[in-house]
Amino acid sequence: MPDLSTDTGGIRSPNPFWLASAPPANSGAQIQRAFDAGWGGAVWKTLGTPIQNVSSRFGGHTIGSVRGAGFNNIELITDRPLEVNLREITETKKRWPHNPIIVSLMVETREEWRDIIKRSIDAGADGLELNFGCPHGMCERGMGSAVGQEPAVNERITSWACEFSTVPVLVKLTPNVSDIVPHGMAAKRGGAHGISLINTIKSIIAVDIDRFVPEPRVGSLSTNGGYCGAAVKPIALHMVAALAREPGFGLPISGIGGVRNWRDAVEFMLLGSSTVQVCTEVMLRGYRVVEDMRDGLEEYMRSKGFGRVQDMVGKAVPAFSEWGDLDMNYETVARIDADRCIGCQLCVAACHDGAHQCIHPQEGTRVPRVDESECVGCNLCQIVCPAPGCITMERVDNGHRPATWNDHVSHGAALRPKKGAH
Amino acid sequence: MPARFPAERSETAFTDYKLPLLPAQAAVEAGRCLFCHDAPCITACPTHIDIPQFIRKIAGGNDRGAARTIFESNILGMSCARVCPVEVLCVGACVYNDLDEPPIQIGKLQRHATDRAFEEGWRFFEAGAPTGRRVALVGGGPASLAAAHELRRLGHACTMYERRGFLGGLNTTGIAPHKMKADRSVNEAEWVLAIGGVEMRTGAEVGRDVALADLEREFDAVFVGIGLGADSRAKAPGEDLPGVLGAVEWIERMKLGDAGLSGVRHAVVVGAGNTAMDALRELLALGVPQVTMLYRGTEETMGGYAHEWQAAKEAGARAEWRAVAGAFEGNGRLRRLRCMRVDAARAPVEGSEFALDADLALLAIGQSKLGAALAGLAGITVESGIVRVDAHGFTGRPGWYAGGDCANGGKEVVNAAAEGMAAARAIDRELAAGGGTGRRGATHA
Ligand SMILES: Cc1cc2nc3c(=O)[nH]c(=O)nc-3n(C[C@H](O)[C@H](O)[C@H](O)COP(=O)(O)OP(=O)(O)OC[C@H]3O[C@@H](n4cnc5c(N)ncnc54)[C@H](O)[C@@H]3O)c2cc1C
Ligand SMILES: Cc1cc2nc3c(=O)[nH]c(=O)nc-3n(C[C@H](O)[C@H](O)[C@H](O)COP(=O)(O)O)c2cc1C
Ligand code: SF4
Ligand code: SF4
Ligand code: SF4
Repeated sequence: MPDLSTDTGGIRSPNPFWLASAPPANSGAQIQRAFDAGWGGAVWKTLGTPIQNVSSRFGGHTIGSVRGAGFNNIELITDRPLEVNLREITETKKRWPHNPIIVSLMVETREEWRDIIKRSIDAGADGLELNFGCPHGMCERGMGSAVGQEPAVNERITSWACEFSTVPVLVKLTPNVSDIVPHGMAAKRGGAHGISLINTIKSIIAVDIDRFVPEPRVGSLSTNGGYCGAAVKPIALHMVAALAREPGFGLPISGIGGVRNWRDAVEFMLLGSSTVQVCTEVMLRGYRVVEDMRDGLEEYMRSKGFGRVQDMVGKAVPAFSEWGDLDMNYETVARIDADRCIGCQLCVAACHDGAHQCIHPQEGTRVPRVDESECVGCNLCQIVCPAPGCITMERVDNGHRPATWNDHVSHGAALRPKKGAH
Repeated sequence: MPARFPAERSETAFTDYKLPLLPAQAAVEAGRCLFCHDAPCITACPTHIDIPQFIRKIAGGNDRGAARTIFESNILGMSCARVCPVEVLCVGACVYNDLDEPPIQIGKLQRHATDRAFEEGWRFFEAGAPTGRRVALVGGGPASLAAAHELRRLGHACTMYERRGFLGGLNTTGIAPHKMKADRSVNEAEWVLAIGGVEMRTGAEVGRDVALADLEREFDAVFVGIGLGADSRAKAPGEDLPGVLGAVEWIERMKLGDAGLSGVRHAVVVGAGNTAMDALRELLALGVPQVTMLYRGTEETMGGYAHEWQAAKEAGARAEWRAVAGAFEGNGRLRRLRCMRVDAARAPVEGSEFALDADLALLAIGQSKLGAALAGLAGITVESGIVRVDAHGFTGRPGWYAGGDCANGGKEVVNAAAEGMAAARAIDRELAAGGGTGRRGATHA
């Protein structure tokens, strides 16, 4: 039986699945139900000076028949009194001593940080998460992503927190930056024990085309919200990996953004996350989704021979490289398995109109033909093909030795002739 | 115990009526499940399988986890996936029925995961630490198999008495072969018992070869899962003629050997319950040109499921409603049924007599009840042949439990599985609390 327990910057957890700081982690009763359902840990809904929320607050992005493929919100931090939250943290810790509670915080001044950190730790926090990520409402007040976008401020506040805290400090980064690395490095310089990312992405989820108002609509107005859910996973994976591979970074990472199932979690782990956090999928389907996450992770680890979560964390990071280091002479072409082909010719349309005009209809059959001498191996046909296993991208031995663009530029390594540039 | 039924049996002519899902179809179907909260499909399944959870696992590519979720609640989940009347259980309760969309094909998804478990040889359960307690199981059908498996997980030693030479009960001998064939049920029984620690006594009939009193002396608890008895008779003249058979008896013959249909031109099935529905479809599938159901009630009052009758009609069955057989006639062999109409109160209608030429009549008017076998034990109540039990299968006599058809009067395999499991847990609780038959001198009269 693989061991699912984890350690993220000194925060130990019975399994790598945490509730992200968000509505599912809003109160003690909820978090206790989540622990009952099997969640490893929880990041409490961000504490600070309680705010007031608007209605409505959420928007959903339906793609085809998939409701909530993307999700956004204009909600702020906790709207509950600090004392109530702290009391519930203490109660929850008493009942669930082995499941970490990480308290998310967002305040302004050094004195406020000192005070809220002390009270959180006194209440029983196993770790802190500094919310430098919220892209709406709080940043206008000089908090949230306003901090996460300014490395110097990030570093200063992180160092305050680390000075005041006796428990590990995670810094939660905003994705609303052009390059995540300086922000992760700033947190590291400030003394953070780990990084959580991503928070939500600045977005307008949709527009009400009859009322001429973006959504979610509050009366006759709307505002930009934070995008999250399944659709943001690729962005989150990239940011996690960008930090994980950064030489000199090396902090543990708690990965967040679009985790729906065990497979998503495994991807985050292979790119360097030792824990993952989930918000939207729980909002859409409830705490029970963790059962498949745990079970599927366990099956995956068993099938790959990983005894502990740590054995797999970062396994795919070395393979995340720069474009200039990719082998320009590595060549693939599309092959169509005529037995599996259903003759829809989506590949023909895609290749003709969207790629390199090398898949052609044939006389007397619906199965198209790939002109391998012209195929650039772009994958487009494979992506559109609805028949599983029908189009495969096959390696071609073209006789050329491996050569990267960087090799070519620095010492003239020979590149194979271009294909599809007619 | 290897299945040693002849390779050439009438039932082997059948193919699956409900086709399995291809892996890609399973993924699409699983992706449709809404993962309902407090899902009605779970409530509708007698074993309360966590259906949304196992379907979610299939959707995420975790078939092994899906199979575990299923077997955790129902160790007979493989055969249930094939034989359950899902239309009136899980699938019938799916919320999609209230949208204009087809309900989730839960049985087929369950089959997808459990078939894979059998193909890949996945095993999930181990016997519990030995408790030193011994439990007897009377009968080797679904109820006893589910009970034995759970008892072994809880660490109790088991001995199973089965009067026949093979296991599975009616799951082996009764299920329509377009749902499942006999060897699959026997293989399932072996797979279940591979948990180990169940001593098998096949060919041993309790009450004849083994006395109830001996069981009480030798075991801390007894689970009775003896099912139902022989087909009920029509009590009409001529019913002993060759060509007049009990339906369950004929179905068993058809499943385990030769259906004996050569030369049969017209078969009549008497009764309109689910055994009758199966017999109609089986006779037609095996090439009997004309198959008629004779029933004293109407389509509204029939006991068989509407979806089964629909399928029988589509296969070519016809019905004589409000009609009963007064006599079976023939010269050394059945040739004709003398019938008459009855009114709504089931009284014969004067002058309504008619004849049906037939060379085979199957009586599907119920099975006898075996509860009387226990009637001699103080504390056990038997009503109309059915053993009375509480919600946990307890009979009222310390250490004695019952479940499945003998206690519920005849339901489905999935009910037998649920009741066997519930009884096993109740036995465990009773033994843990120091109760039981008194093999160890527990303090009861
Ligand atoms: C024709 C027919 C078709 C059916 N089709 C379906 C279907 O499609 N789906 C479905 O879910 N259900 C179906 N059923 C019902 C289902 O088969 C039963 O509900 C289920 O098998 C009951 O399980 P059980 O363990 O209680 O009894 P059984 O399956 O009857 O098993 C009882 C066992 O006990 C043994 N036994 C009896 N007396 C003794 C004794 N004194 N000593 C030792 N052993 C003894 C018997 O030999 C038998 O093996 C069908 C039933 C029939 C008759
Ligand atoms: C309604 C809502 C409220 C949120 N509130 C907070 C918050 O208070 N503090 C915080 O750090 N992140 C908050 N988040 C962001 C989530 O914690 C998480 O980083 C983000 O939703 C991405 O994860 P997901 O794709 O699993 O939802 C919120 C997200 C949503 C949808
Ligand atoms: S997209 Fe796939 S299935 Fe369709 S024609 Fe092309 S190869 Fe065949
Ligand atoms: S056991 Fe039967 S009723 Fe229960 S979920 Fe499976 S198919 Fe449906
Ligand atoms: S009721 Fe239907 S949609 Fe809902 S969980 Fe059950 S199978 Fe899925």
